[in-house]
Amino acid sequence: MPRPDTPGDARVVLSDTDIARALKRIAHEILEANKGASDLILLGIPTRGVILARRLAAIIGEVEGQPCPAGALDITMYRDDLRHQPTRAPMPTSIPGDTVDDKVVVLVDDVLYSGRTVRAALDALADYGRPRAVRLAVLVDRGHRELPIRADHVGKNLPTAHSEKVRVRVLGHDDHESVSIAGGER
Amino acid sequence: MPRHLLSIADLDAAAIRMLLDTAASMQDVQRREVKKIPTLRGRTVINLFFEDSTRTRSSFEIAGKWMSADTINITGKGSSTSKGESLPDTVMTIDAMGVDALVMRHSASGAAHQVAGWVKARVVNAGDGTHEHPTQALLDAFTMEQRLGTLAGRHVAIVGDLTHSRVFRSNVLALRMLGAHVTAVAPVTLMPSGITPWAQADGFALSHDLDAVLTGERPVDALMMLRVQRERMAGGFFPTPREYTVGYGLTRPRLQTLLAANPEAVICHPGPMNRGLEISADAADAAASVILDQVAAGVAVRMSVLYHLLAGEEGSAA
Repeated sequence: MPRPDTPGDARVVLSDTDIARALKRIAHEILEANKGASDLILLGIPTRGVILARRLAAIIGEVEGQPCPAGALDITMYRDDLRHQPTRAPMPTSIPGDTVDDKVVVLVDDVLYSGRTVRAALDALADYGRPRAVRLAVLVDRGHRELPIRADHVGKNLPTAHSEKVRVRVLGHDDHESVSIAGGER
Repeated sequence: MPRHLLSIADLDAAAIRMLLDTAASMQDVQRREVKKIPTLRGRTVINLFFEDSTRTRSSFEIAGKWMSADTINITGKGSSTSKGESLPDTVMTIDAMGVDALVMRHSASGAAHQVAGWVKARVVNAGDGTHEHPTQALLDAFTMEQRLGTLAGRHVAIVGDLTHSRVFRSNVLALRMLGAHVTAVAPVTLMPSGITPWAQADGFALSHDLDAVLTGERPVDALMMLRVQRERMAGGFFPTPREYTVGYGLTRPRLQTLLAANPEAVICHPGPMNRGLEISADAADAAASVILDQVAAGVAVRMSVLYHLLAGEEGSAA
């Protein structure tokens, strides 16, 4: 009998080629919205967002013929639910060029859910400087927002139930690449 | 993490690793323009210092403030203690105000441990008599790792007044947990009684001959000079300061010997230094000296400690 959370139970909704296609489209959307790659910085939210940001930056670099900077923005210290869980060690933050002043920052995360992570990221970003604009790119938007936040670039909109679990796996952190949904009422 | 930070002995290798990794992220805050994160907003940290301190107290205060906690300093001299109030009455009074953490330094060994049993607040031991000074050991390990990489298999020599040194006690525990090879060097009069079985149990070496350690088979990677504590030196532990320097001071010739054996070696000192007594000015200001890095690391490590004690779920610290 399949148990919840095992690969046997999970429904794969994006395969590795779907993810690659989605990232390519997002990269082009970012370039289109920004009218090129000038002043762009991609900041991934650890852990998988960092890998996705690097992936997007590589595609943008290929298209534009010049490298696009990608970094990481850890939000642990800015979370609003610190008091509701045990503390964990924060992940490193790295801001390419050490400043976000007057840049167009694209925050990159794997899943957009309540929007609280993005709120924390906006607070964290403000402590590093004043970007000209901040945009949000996510691989999956699963809905259920708790804050007035939306993504500018979405790989796939996934209507889900609260009880379901969305699992994103990407190479560089996991052994294969997929987006799957597990659990929930059947 | 335990509920309080009273002793390195309460931690395990994983907890030390987590505290040091977090400190590395906290250094990022220290380096940037806006040195403020909202993590401990609404928390109150009291620095309760019954002994003098420059770096420990100010770095705890800075650490708390950078994390948005409200930090308040109380010193023994300016408090009701000087009117004859007992320690339990003082700490329970402060605790009754609803503070979240008490960072405490006291001349009595075990004071922080006792206080932890009296209050609801988390207690951080910032030095209790000759017992322990856990955040110092953590910042020492952090500083050494920055220069040397992993401390596993590295040779750390700790030189000086082992009898009265809480820095030594905390350090030897932390360094052994991180896998370092430790040699404790001191004249017989400054080694605590019972150190031989302790050294055997905890697996560190003892020596009375600093020159032999510096030229020994296992080159020294980090040389930690302990302060000669004049305030605890009433017992005639060595004939003259000059004699101490000749036997155990990090003099210019010894600095050369250290670096000849290992050009990458680093020099640590918990401060405050007695220049010309346990450490020469040449050594204190040498490129190998990480003494100011230790001070910088002090803030990051104390941020890490306050974060793990105060930020999480109430009662999550097992």
